[in-house]
Amino acid sequence: MTDVAFLTAAEIAHKVTHGSLAATDVIDATLDRIAQHDPALNSFTAVTAERARARAAVIDAARQAGQTVGPLAGVPFAVKNLIDIAGLPTVAGSRINRDHPPAKDDATLVVRLERAGAILVGALNMGEYAYDFTGENAHDGAAHNPHDLTRMTGGSSSGSGGSVAGGLVPIALGSDTNGSIRVPASFCGIFGLKPTYGRLSRAGSFPFVSSLDHLGPLARSVVDLALAYDAMQGPDPYDPVCVDRPIELVTEQLDSGIAGLRIAVATGYFRTGAEPEALAALDHVAVALNARTQIELPEAARARAAAYVITTAEGAALHLDRLRTRAADFDPDVRDRLIAGALVPAVFVQQAQKFRRWYRNEILKLFDGVDAILAPATPCTAPLIGQKTFVLDGTEMPLRPNIGIYTQPISFIGLPVVAVPVALGNSLPIGVQIITAPWREDVALRIAHDLESRGVVYVAQPPN
Amino acid sequence: MTDTELDAWIDLGTAALGIAVQPDWRAEIRAHLKFTLGRAEVVLAFALPDEADPAPVFRA
Repeated sequence: MTDVAFLTAAEIAHKVTHGSLAATDVIDATLDRIAQHDPALNSFTAVTAERARARAAVIDAARQAGQTVGPLAGVPFAVKNLIDIAGLPTVAGSRINRDHPPAKDDATLVVRLERAGAILVGALNMGEYAYDFTGENAHDGAAHNPHDLTRMTGGSSSGSGGSVAGGLVPIALGSDTNGSIRVPASFCGIFGLKPTYGRLSRAGSFPFVSSLDHLGPLARSVVDLALAYDAMQGPDPYDPVCVDRPIELVTEQLDSGIAGLRIAVATGYFRTGAEPEALAALDHVAVALNARTQIELPEAARARAAAYVITTAEGAALHLDRLRTRAADFDPDVRDRLIAGALVPAVFVQQAQKFRRWYRNEILKLFDGVDAILAPATPCTAPLIGQKTFVLDGTEMPLRPNIGIYTQPISFIGLPVVAVPVALGNSLPIGVQIITAPWREDVALRIAHDLESRGVVYVAQPPN
Repeated sequence: MTDTELDAWIDLGTAALGIAVQPDWRAEIRAHLKFTLGRAEVVLAFALPDEADPAPVFRA
């Protein structure tokens, strides 16, 4: 059988487009690999084999007929199970949503990826209702990190991280409210893109915190991130947050280099509490980019606090009825946080939203002087599955709410970020955030591509 | 805020919201509430002008 496990999406699409590899063979190999390896990784919660085979046959027939098959022709992808797949209930990592009727339609982003020739192969494990940074799930079991099966993938897009790092699919979609794309990208050693808030449609996805929710891709190469991102851009009347903004394609810009870009390193808050591995990864990237300017993001700790308050209160409001009627059916780790969130006075949330605007205005001023800011993605490498606490800045803290300390102040104001994987020595991978001004995904992706092309960052293949 | 005060908050708040809390959930809920109120305190400590607009903007 054709081995497609660690081919990039771009390589698969090239071969399928030019006829050296059939989309049906890609899908057969992918489904076979999922069957072999997912019992250990626990990335998938549903495999859409029949649909994928039918779609692959359509792609092959189109190519043979001389029709255009798209920039992602024959590329398998999977989606976090809060994203609608027609015919399946959108479970969002929960037991409760299994009682929902099947989705009538695919989510907008699934439609757009398939329009570009990609082939959906299934739905992916996630932390319940996306309120999670660990990748653990009381109903579906924890996702396992391909680099060390005893360790967390990170969450909440746990299956998205595990499936891409484990060579099951080259591209997966995740969601990121406070870091749920960037955390699994960091722990699993892959690339992740959290676009600008409002850039990609969320229509057809189960929400968590509408004020902060983003969708985006995870992949094993920057080109693959860009190909997926380009295919998914565009306004969508079904998501009121999605902006009416022209599509700004980035794939063709990736090779334009980074000359002239002003790149700074976040200091202060973003160097506090990090394990040596996180700071070593940050310094490794900073040195490679000759980024010598240190920059302080004002009030980053308060921004994180405000994101925390908004998240717990808005999330609790979303789930209030379920907390009233089916509290015992929640994952206990999620339920208890949501009940606490339901008790937060509205005045606190309103003040957090006012602070959010102040913080946005202050951070945007920084981008008058720099084009990108580097920061750690996570304070540590992947913790052990089942671990409940870790030491942060000398204090033992609960793990689950605190893994996102470096991601929350960024997604709080919707800035685009590419998480890039660093693997130093024999240690586990860990991510670095490349943060840019709103709508400048192109700059973050160009920097990531430059780092990747020079071998500064790369996706290490996990042991079998 | 003491644990007793937090428990009173949990009792009154969940009763008002119609959420039935089981005894073995309480310790975790209290811990999360305490942590969240601490985050809120950090937010409230920042002085903002009366005219400050919240981040979400609705356009008719």
